[in-house]
Amino acid sequence: MKILQYRFLTVLLLLCAGTTYPQNPKAKFGTYALTNASIETITKGVINNGTVVISNGKIAAVGTNVQIPQGAEVIDCKGKWIYPGMIDGGTKAGLFEFGQVAQANDVTELGDVIPQMKALTAINPNSAGIPITRISGVTTTLTVPGGELFAGTAALVNLHGYTPDQMAVGFQAVVLNYPRTGRRGFFDRRTDEEIKKATDKAIQRVNEVWDKAVEYHKLDSATKGKMQYYPEMQALLPVVRGEMTLIIDVDAAKDIQAAIKWVGEKKIKKVILSGVAEGWRVADEIAKANIPVIAGPVLSLPTRDYDKYDRPYSNPGSLRKAGVKVAIKTEDDNVNYRNLPYHAGFAAAYGMGREEALRAVTIVPAEIFGVADRLGSIEQGKSATLFVCDGDPFETKTQVSNVFIDGWNIPMVSRQTLLYDEFLNREPGLTKEK
Amino acid sequence: MKKIILMICLSIFINEIKAQSQQGNMLIKNGTVLTVTKGTLEATDVLVRNGKIAQIGKNISAPSGFSVVDATGMFVMPGIIDAHSHAGIDAINEATSPVTSEVFTGDAINPFQMSLYRALAGGVTTIHAMHGSANAIGGQCETLKLRYGVKDPEQLRMEGAPRTIKFALGENPTRVHGGSGIVPRTRMGVEFVIRQAFSQAKEYMTQWDNYNKQKQQKGFRGMPPAYNARLETLAEILKGNIWIHCHSYRADELQMLLKVCKDFGIKKIVFQHVNEGFKVAPELAAYGAMASVFSDWWAYKLEVYYSTAYNAAILTKNGVVTSINSDDAELMRHLYHEAAKTQKYGALTDEEALSLITINPAKQLGIDNRVGSIEVGKEADIAIFNNHPLSIYTVPMMTIVDGVVRFDREKDPADMRIYVDPKQDLDAVSLQEDYQVDRCMEGAEFMFENIFGANLEE
Repeated sequence: MKILQYRFLTVLLLLCAGTTYPQNPKAKFGTYALTNASIETITKGVINNGTVVISNGKIAAVGTNVQIPQGAEVIDCKGKWIYPGMIDGGTKAGLFEFGQVAQANDVTELGDVIPQMKALTAINPNSAGIPITRISGVTTTLTVPGGELFAGTAALVNLHGYTPDQMAVGFQAVVLNYPRTGRRGFFDRRTDEEIKKATDKAIQRVNEVWDKAVEYHKLDSATKGKMQYYPEMQALLPVVRGEMTLIIDVDAAKDIQAAIKWVGEKKIKKVILSGVAEGWRVADEIAKANIPVIAGPVLSLPTRDYDKYDRPYSNPGSLRKAGVKVAIKTEDDNVNYRNLPYHAGFAAAYGMGREEALRAVTIVPAEIFGVADRLGSIEQGKSATLFVCDGDPFETKTQVSNVFIDGWNIPMVSRQTLLYDEFLNREPGLTKEK
Repeated sequence: MKKIILMICLSIFINEIKAQSQQGNMLIKNGTVLTVTKGTLEATDVLVRNGKIAQIGKNISAPSGFSVVDATGMFVMPGIIDAHSHAGIDAINEATSPVTSEVFTGDAINPFQMSLYRALAGGVTTIHAMHGSANAIGGQCETLKLRYGVKDPEQLRMEGAPRTIKFALGENPTRVHGGSGIVPRTRMGVEFVIRQAFSQAKEYMTQWDNYNKQKQQKGFRGMPPAYNARLETLAEILKGNIWIHCHSYRADELQMLLKVCKDFGIKKIVFQHVNEGFKVAPELAAYGAMASVFSDWWAYKLEVYYSTAYNAAILTKNGVVTSINSDDAELMRHLYHEAAKTQKYGALTDEEALSLITINPAKQLGIDNRVGSIEVGKEADIAIFNNHPLSIYTVPMMTIVDGVVRFDREKDPADMRIYVDPKQDLDAVSLQEDYQVDRCMEGAEFMFENIFGANLEE
C-alpha cells in the first residue's frame, strides 16, 4: 500500500512538473511556401527545384511553376527534400507514458471481448513521446490498445493537437488478437494438451462472439436500432456491416492461415492483418486472399531458432514480392516510434527496396486506412502533413528541419532536444564559480 | 601410481586442447578499411596471420595456403564490441542477497545460444556477458569472443581479459530487496550497502595482512582468518584488479558512486546505461569514469523518463569515453545502426560514431590493446559490410574472429543451430513480445513475486 501511495505521489509530481514547465513553443498556422525543394510526392514521382504552397491546412499547390500567394511565409528549401509525413501502422502512442508504473499506462483494459474500449478516449495529447516522434517526420500513428481477443478500437491520429479529437484523422478499427496456437518457445511450459485446450477455447470464444454479433446485427436491423444497451455488440455492429475495419493481429504461419480462413468463412468485408511475423512463410496465401498487411516490428528477432537470422528484416519485402499490400509498423515498447524510418530502411536494405519501403510508411498505410484522400503523398488538395529534411529520411545522418501537420508549422523541439541544448555545455560546469 | 601418471598426462592433454582456440590465416583484399584509430584507407589489403593482423597495405600478395576474401566495394571495420550483454550465459541474476560478488557469469557459459550467431551476423565479435542488475553489488562478468561453432564453453572466453563485476543503482536493487524488507529500499540504502561491503572488505584485507605478517614471526600460533569468497572479490576491486561496471541511470546516483569510489581509491569504473550521464558529464570526465549507453532507449521505467537520445553525443563532446551497448538480443544485431543514430542526435563524425562500438567499449573492458581497431599486431576480429556501416542500407556480409570466418552471409545456411534438441517443437513460435525486454532482471522474478505477487513481464 505504501508503495502504491508512493507511486501515486510520483505520478502526481510528474503531472505538476508538466504543467509548470512550458515544454514546447506553440505551433503556427498560416500560409507557407516551401521553395527550391526536391519534392518526393510518392504518387507522382520526384519534382526537382519545386515549391509546395501550404494554405488553410492544405497543400494548395505543388510544382515547379507555382504562384506564391501574397503574404505567404517563404521557407527556402534549397538542397532539401520534402516528404509526406510518415505513418506508423501500430503504436501505443499517447496510451503509454513510461513503463513499470501501472498508472502511467492505459494500453490494456480488463476483459477479453471489449471492442467498445476506444484508444482515442485515452490518448494523452501532451504525452512527452509525441513531440519526440513528430520532429523525426513521423506525423501519424495508429494507436492500438493491447489485450486479449477483441481488445478495443484503435484510432489513427496525427501527432499534433490539444485534444484527442484535434488529433484524430477519422479512421478507427476494432482490434482482434487472433488466438495463438502452438508453443511460444522453450519457456512455454504448458503440455500439448493444455495448449490445444486453451487455443480451442479461445477460438470457440471468438466464433461465439462473432456469431452473436451477426445475430445482433439482424435484430438491430429488424428493430430499426431499438435494441437494449449492449456495448460489445454495438461496437462490433459496424464491423459486421462492413462499415468498419477489423484489424487482426496474428503472427505465426498456421495462425495466419487460420485467420484468413476465418475471415472467408465469416465473410468479413474490411480486414487488415497486423504483425504477420511469419508472413513470408505463407505470403502467397495472403496475396491470394487479397488482405492488406501492417508488418512489423521489422527490427525484431526471428520467430524460430532454425530460421535465417534476417527473416524479420526481409519479411516486408517477401510479402511485397508475393503481391501483398504492405505497410510497416514499429510496435515499439520504449516509445521509440520515431524509429519508423529505420524499420523501413532495414526492410529496404533486405529485399523490399527503397521505393516500396517509402510507400509502406506513406501512401500504402493511407490507402489501407482509407485516408489516402488526405494523407500519404504530396498532392494538391491533401492535408499539409509533411516534413522537410536534408537527405534520405531513412538515413540516420539526415536531419529533419521542418514539420507540418494539418498545415500547422510544428516547433522543432522536444524534451530530448531541450535537454541537449541545456547540457551540451552545462553551466555551471565542474565548479560553480565562473 | 600408474593412475596418477595417467591423470597427469590426461590433464596436460586437456589443457593443450583448451589452449587451442582456432586462429586463422587470410588476406582481405582491396576493401575500404575503417581502422577507427588510424583513419580510413581506400583500396587496402589486410593480412591476417595466426589470428592476428600482420600487415595493412596495398597490393599485398597472399602467402600460400592463405584464404583470400575479395572485399572490393566493401567496408572493412574492427569487429563490434558490446560492453553490455546477457547473451551466451544461462544464469543472469543471483539476486539472493544485496551483495553477491562471489558469483561469476563465466560459470554459466552456453555456447549453443542462437543469439550468439545472430550477433555475429550483425558484425559483433566480442561481448561483455554481464550479471544482472537485481542487487547493488552483483556477480562478476565474463568477456566472451563470439567463436560461434565451438561446443566447449571454455573456448568462448576471451582469455586474459580483465576481471569485471556488475554493480547496480536505483530502481532495480531497491525494488528487488527493499520490497522484501531488506536494505536497500532507497538510493540512500544503495550507497550504504556498497560502503558497508567495501568497509568489510578493507577489514578483511587488514586481517589477512596482519595474519600474513604475524605468520612470519617465530612461534606464531594464531589461526588464519576465515576465507570469504565474497570479500575476496571485493578486496580485488579495492586493489584495482576488478573493474566495476555499474548499472545506473540518475545523475545523483552517478555522483554518489563517484564519491564512494574516490573514498575507497577505486579508479576503474564504467557506468552502464547511465541515461542521465549527460547531466554530470563534466564530473564523469574529471574522474575518468567511462559510460556505456543506449542510443535512444528511454521511457521503459520512471528513472529513464528524463532521458535524451543526445546522451552519447553530449558525453563524447565532454570528453567521456563512451560506448553504445545493447543489453538486448535484438538490439545486439544492429549496433552499427545504433551507433549511426548519434549522427542524427548530436552530429558525431563517422570516426566518433564507429568508436562507440569498437575502440571505446574495448577501453571499457580493458582489451583495447588487443581489439577494437584495425592495427598491426591486434587480434583479427573484423566485420565486413557491403555499404558504409553507418548507412541504413548496409548489410553485414562477413564476420571474422581471430582470423576465422564465423559468419558468411553468402555461404551460411538458414539453420545455424549447432545443437538441436531432439525434443524441440518445430512449430514453437516466439515473438518479440514474448522475450523479457529487461534481461538485466532475468532470474529476479521470484523476488518480484514476493513483493508484488505479480510477474515481472507485466
